[in-house]
Amino acid sequence: MNDISRRKLITTGLAAAGGVLGLGVAARLAQEYGLIPPDHGGIYGLGETLTYASQRLLTRHSFAREFSRSQISKRPFANEIPPPSEAFKRLQAGAFADWRLSVSGMVARPSSFSLDQLKSYPSRSQITMIQCEEGWSYIAEWNGVPLSHVLDAVEAQPQARYVVYFSIYPDWWESIDMADAMHPQTFLTYGMNGDELPVAHGGPLRLRVPRQLGYKNVKYITHLTVTDSLKSFGKGLGSSAPEGGYSWYAGI
Amino acid sequence: MISHPRFYWGETGNDLTPPLFKLPIPASRALVPTGYGYVLPDQNGWSRYLHFQAAWVVVFTGLLYVIFALLSGHLRRNLLPGRSDLSWRAFSTSISSHLRFKRPSEVEAWSYNLLQRISYLFVIFVLFPLVIWTGLAMSPAFVSAFPATVNVLGGQQSARTLHFFVSLALVLFLLVHVAMIFLAGFWSRMRPMITGRAATPVERT
Repeated sequence: MNDISRRKLITTGLAAAGGVLGLGVAARLAQEYGLIPPDHGGIYGLGETLTYASQRLLTRHSFAREFSRSQISKRPFANEIPPPSEAFKRLQAGAFADWRLSVSGMVARPSSFSLDQLKSYPSRSQITMIQCEEGWSYIAEWNGVPLSHVLDAVEAQPQARYVVYFSIYPDWWESIDMADAMHPQTFLTYGMNGDELPVAHGGPLRLRVPRQLGYKNVKYITHLTVTDSLKSFGKGLGSSAPEGGYSWYAGI
Repeated sequence: MISHPRFYWGETGNDLTPPLFKLPIPASRALVPTGYGYVLPDQNGWSRYLHFQAAWVVVFTGLLYVIFALLSGHLRRNLLPGRSDLSWRAFSTSISSHLRFKRPSEVEAWSYNLLQRISYLFVIFVLFPLVIWTGLAMSPAFVSAFPATVNVLGGQQSARTLHFFVSLALVLFLLVHVAMIFLAGFWSRMRPMITGRAATPVERT
């Protein structure tokens, strides 16, 4: 056992204290800049926080790859969905004329949009990839209105930090932070490969988030809530994904 | 892997496109045509959480290890083959000694032999960087910031297939590595790792 000098003890002690203080400052800054994900608790919380924070910082201005027309998949796979409810079947029978997207929360003008109204907004298209966490993928052309446009129309308030979005299926809801919500590639999609968005792929309305995995791209969107805190939604973990054991942030 | 035991090459692939190869196992998703009449329970949620947390551990400790190895001379002294070992003769002698299960002398056993050095260098500087690279190439967010990561590999599904094979190689290394440790003497190898001290051949005589 070596003798520990007083100097060594003091410097080591100061370094350790500095380290702990530094971590505390980092945590406070992370909180301030919205770098802590809602599922930051539990044994995987540290890894999840590191992943979300680093990828959030890296992707401030990045765009998901957009492909050429020739790269559009001839066989886009539509994943399993539960059987449609009576409400959905009625809407489908009416050619979704009565489909409504309601928007509430931290907005100056809570509104309800029909598909025709959404289609009257400037439409954009993108040829991007859907990558499922299961391991498969396909490329398609998506047509829709950027979510940012809708958020501007309802005048989302500046202190808002997240957009929570709900499917017609009651247990399927997700949320994204404002950086993703306002991103030009985040679409409320109603068209796919030149046609109306097929029901199997989420028609009449799906949220496309191409910089995250497939399960954030919720199908059959009926409602959006703009908020500054995810704590009051479900179990407060951010979305139905962590409630089912999956990470809230799906950038990887 | 269990949720989609099919591997492709290029950008995309799914249940409707022909795979490069399939794993003959049941899947944890009903729509995958595995031919088995049942579906395994879904373990992807927590496994992904664990996988990405472990990835951070690997990256942090790996970086510390490489920096330490470079600065302390560990790389130069213990991992890089010595000048006399850089010949075909030395290489084939090492292989034939291993194949004949020839036991090394006490002095020889004190430092890593040629095959060990080559294996360790390959794992540290080829396999680990590749597994990290191909992993990041499957991240839609990371790739949006650095598209070359996946473009250079030939596409997202190519990255996935490569990631699979590199991880297999790492698992194979782990199994052989642990077997070798047991063959060489478990405690005699573990003790120095923990205490930092070991009896050198000189000390013991």
